[in-house]
Amino acid sequence: MQLTERSKQVSNKEMTLSEKAYLPAIVQGMAITLKHFFKKKVTIQYPEVKRYLGPVFRGRHILKRDEEGRERCTACGLCAVACPAEAISMVAEERQKGEEHLYREEKYAAVYEVNMLRCIFCGLCEEACPKQAVYLRHDEMVPVFTERDQVIWGKDLLVENMNNRYKREAWTKEEARQLDQKRAEGQAAGVEPRAIP
Amino acid sequence: MEDTKPNVVKITFDGIEVEVEAGTTIMQAARRIAEADGTQAHLVPPAMCYYKPLEGTGGKCRACLVKVAQGSAKDTRPMPKLVPSCITQVQDGMVVENTTNPAVLEARKGVVEFLLINHPLDCPICDQAGECHLQDFAFEHGAAQTRYEEERRTFEKHDIGPYIQLHMTRCILCYRCVYTADQITNQRVHGVLNRGDAAEISTYIEKAIDNDFSGNVIDVCPVGALTDKTYRFKNRVWFTKPVDAHRDCPTCKGEVTLWCRGEEVIRVTARKNQWGEVQDFICNTCRFDQKKTSDWVIEGPTKVQRSSVISANKYRADLVKKPDFALKLASSQYKAIDDSRPYVTDPDTIRQQSVENNDKANHRSLLAENN
Ligand code: SF4
Ligand code: SF4
Ligand code: SF4
Ligand code: FES
Repeated sequence: MQLTERSKQVSNKEMTLSEKAYLPAIVQGMAITLKHFFKKKVTIQYPEVKRYLGPVFRGRHILKRDEEGRERCTACGLCAVACPAEAISMVAEERQKGEEHLYREEKYAAVYEVNMLRCIFCGLCEEACPKQAVYLRHDEMVPVFTERDQVIWGKDLLVENMNNRYKREAWTKEEARQLDQKRAEGQAAGVEPRAIP
Repeated sequence: MEDTKPNVVKITFDGIEVEVEAGTTIMQAARRIAEADGTQAHLVPPAMCYYKPLEGTGGKCRACLVKVAQGSAKDTRPMPKLVPSCITQVQDGMVVENTTNPAVLEARKGVVEFLLINHPLDCPICDQAGECHLQDFAFEHGAAQTRYEEERRTFEKHDIGPYIQLHMTRCILCYRCVYTADQITNQRVHGVLNRGDAAEISTYIEKAIDNDFSGNVIDVCPVGALTDKTYRFKNRVWFTKPVDAHRDCPTCKGEVTLWCRGEEVIRVTARKNQWGEVQDFICNTCRFDQKKTSDWVIEGPTKVQRSSVISANKYRADLVKKPDFALKLASSQYKAIDDSRPYVTDPDTIRQQSVENNDKANHRSLLAENN
């Protein structure tokens, strides 16, 4: 049965003289190798060089703040229970009087850790979050690491920096779908990426 | 039916016939069906205020409304309005429709909407989330979207004694806690004050409940209005592992459920039955003060329904059988050590022997390859 066009019948018949001479086949092989020297390289020098990441890429996590800089996460644990890899853990704390400018809700995550070695970047945590607090960045990956303790990311690495906010064109599925639709119809040329309110 | 005893009546609930004693409520009859056949559990009307262990509960929330299509064998007219099944007694030949009647399901949707009118949507913060009856009720019977735009009523948080916190904002006024305090403890100091929108659970000027059994109001509360202060924000319910345990308690039966994280006991509650009702009320010492594993005799993991979020990420490692392949292989290849060989200490002899052994091993592997 012929499965593909490129399949070749293998046989045991006597070799011809040129095949027996061995050298032509070697030269042919070397030529193929040589040809690749002049082709465009498919590899890149990661991490110095990085590829373009699409708007739906799921990279490293970020814990968002709202426009007043208060942390959105309320340590509800829905991301952790949704996570198929059990990568997320947290410890909740009650907000004290005078901390209203730091945390949005009555309860907040005092410790929030993502184990980047466990994480499979499925984005289920993002979907589970009722407070729009956790997102997977589309523009940054987990950097190369050499030590195991570099892969447990705490709040110091996860919480958003207000001076360099994470911006996206669309924050919800519905928004993204609408945007896609508009693009397909040729409208909506320049959509300004924005931080979540 | 000549052979049935006079005090036994027969009713049809959602097409299933069941015989119960006269005086039973429709709710109890439905539960009887589900207890006999677990696959029918979805037929049982939900209950938000009715609580079997407490006398006089029921009839407040209207979650359990059903249609009586035939009043009794004698009077076959249907009842004109939907009736609350938790307080309506059965009659011989009654025909009840619950899940089979779309009007009932539609009415129930309305009840959910009404209960949620003033209930805050703060489940991410609430300690009851994951074991909240209102969550279950809204999930199973409610609409997905809210139509309510007005302000919700809010109250300040109250401390009822050192151990119990009241979030009146979340209360659905089911009166279960009031009946508990009335019937379980001997001096009730809390009840419902005011009426309508302003009705609230009050402890008559925050007089602490310092009764031995006051903690049980936490367990009977179907929502997160009365919560355990020693458990406040400690953890989410589904991250803790429930185990059954008991201890010798002079005041109560001492049979409880411990909610553990690792080795640590972070909460103690009474055991609940299939319908979320407390089996034996426990005392405050058991509930609030005995938070060490050494205080308890562990009986084993609590049975949690597979559909509950509490069962998430619990694997019962003790039930997983290890594959015995490795053990079998080891036992089949076991050779006793030959202790009769002379004990060699001379380095030259050792070297000599190791060279010989190496040759032998090479020879063996060559043989194996050639065959
Ligand atoms: S992306 Fe998926 S695997 Fe990673 S933390 Fe979120 S839910 Fe877990
Ligand atoms: S990130 Fe979102 S889902 Fe996770 S604990 Fe915080 S609020 Fe809950
Ligand atoms: S506090 Fe809880 S138990 Fe008491 S009436 Fe309100 S909802 Fe019912
Ligand atoms: S459970 Fe029947 S009215 Fe509340």
